[in-house]
Amino acid sequence: MNASPEHIDYVLRIGDNALILGQRTAEWCGHAPVLEEDMALANMALDLIGQARLLLTHAGRLEGRGRDEDQLAFLRTEGQYRNLTLCELPNDDFGRSMVRLFLFASFQELLFERLAQSSDAELGAIAAKSLKEARYHARHAGDWVVRLGDGTEASHARAQAALDYLWPYTAEMFAPAPGDEAVAAAGIGPAWSTLEADWEAVVLPAFGEATLTVPARTPFRSYGKFGRHSEHMGHLLATLQHMQRTYPGAQW
Amino acid sequence: MYTQALDIPQPKRDEPAGRAPENAAYQAEFDAKIDAGGYIEAKDWMPEAYRRTLIRQISQHAHSEIVGMLPEGNWITRAPTLKRKAILLAKVQDEGGHGLYLYAAAETLGVSRDELVEALHSGRAKYSSIFNYPTLTWADIGVIGWLVDGAAIMNQIPLCKCSYGPYARAMVRICKEESFHQRQGYDLLLTMMRGTAEQREMVQDAVNRWWWPSIMMFGPHDKDSVHTESARWGIKRISNDDLRQKFVDATVKQAEVLGVTLPDPELKWNEARGHHDFGAIDWDEFWAVVGGHGQCNVDRLAARVEAWEDGAWVREAALEHERKRAARERRAA
Repeated sequence: MNASPEHIDYVLRIGDNALILGQRTAEWCGHAPVLEEDMALANMALDLIGQARLLLTHAGRLEGRGRDEDQLAFLRTEGQYRNLTLCELPNDDFGRSMVRLFLFASFQELLFERLAQSSDAELGAIAAKSLKEARYHARHAGDWVVRLGDGTEASHARAQAALDYLWPYTAEMFAPAPGDEAVAAAGIGPAWSTLEADWEAVVLPAFGEATLTVPARTPFRSYGKFGRHSEHMGHLLATLQHMQRTYPGAQW
Repeated sequence: MYTQALDIPQPKRDEPAGRAPENAAYQAEFDAKIDAGGYIEAKDWMPEAYRRTLIRQISQHAHSEIVGMLPEGNWITRAPTLKRKAILLAKVQDEGGHGLYLYAAAETLGVSRDELVEALHSGRAKYSSIFNYPTLTWADIGVIGWLVDGAAIMNQIPLCKCSYGPYARAMVRICKEESFHQRQGYDLLLTMMRGTAEQREMVQDAVNRWWWPSIMMFGPHDKDSVHTESARWGIKRISNDDLRQKFVDATVKQAEVLGVTLPDPELKWNEARGHHDFGAIDWDEFWAVVGGHGQCNVDRLAARVEAWEDGAWVREAALEHERKRAARERRAA
């Protein structure tokens, strides 16, 4: 299949978000505050890795160079990953992990809703399947944001610190990418900037309920989706790619 | 995964308060039910010693599931393919689920999950020693599935018919998932054995490290076991040595198909016995690890305690939010 580079990049962005946040979320396994959360976090990591597999497989087919999900997941260089910087940031504490998941899953939920009608039928089918997962993640993480924000003084302070830290990275979600217009015109999916108002309409009231203050926008910008990542990304990839890089070509 | 068959007498302070008087008529009814192969349920009268034995065994089993998430969790972020990563994540999640059912089964006996977790963290409660060995390569993930889960299944199948209903029912579900894990582990190893020489060496090395600890999972020889009433009560239905023999006999053939050598020069078929003979187990190593001196004992427990302590503010926040929410509802009503 010979899709346009914009189309491939668009699918890669969505797939890499799931891959990298799935990798981060999996780090929680065995270390969560309660057993129920250990299971929920493993479950959400599993959903994200599952989405990454479908999306990267699809991106590989669109590209038509014979790359499969694993070649794309494990054998690119850092600058070739297209995920949002938000997804690669370290987990830090449970508060930051839940605020991040809420910010991201709310974005993913809106995106998958729109993608369900994609002219790219495969992408549409993946989005329709993944929408239920994103919805659950947003609800689960959103409940925690409210519990932590409204809970104790200590939990409120931690949740607020998490939001203060993460909020500037959310601007990247809606930053226009070259090719957005072509992708939207072809009916493949929405231009990123068109999701912002709907996303704010979901997340702002939730933070209000959590008694958290949403910081004002600043000139800070991050550029992960264009391949310029944070310092954390190289370490994440060193772990993720360890086996494939150490034993090139082996089957597992 | 599974707690090893290990009957260590527990100090009295672990004992919950008795619920009912020890009464001859109740005892007779209990004995009759056990003798008839029936199930004891949570609301039924039971001797205190039976209750204590079950709490100890079920909680030890639950702790093993939770601590067992750590050695395998060690490889989730480094799994070599996305498919293997997903399988491993699902497996470790299943183990968390097993821990949850088992804590719930223990709670039916009048003890809280928090009390049990506290006993683990303070070092009073045991978990299976197998998890105090390190996972050094990706092949360890396959070998844990094949040998450790394999040994666990041997131990657990009889528990599906144990006399305490809630435990037996939890075990039915757990056994189904464990046999799936064992097949996945074996499949992982078959794939590696079909691969490069380096991969085959990795599998053999993992088998060499995990074989003896796996057969130690069945616990001390019958002649050296602390005798309890578990057998009479229908909690333990098959002896340690019988289960171990069954496991060895089943595993030898699987090792042949896989193309690995089990690291025991004395392992051979004994026609007269109709079983495999095998070499002497290093019980000094076993007791050293049980006694807290294995390679990972300190790190495993520290990881659990750290997760619990680091999460304290989260649990407190959830409770406080719930109190506030309830108060708001009352005010609104």
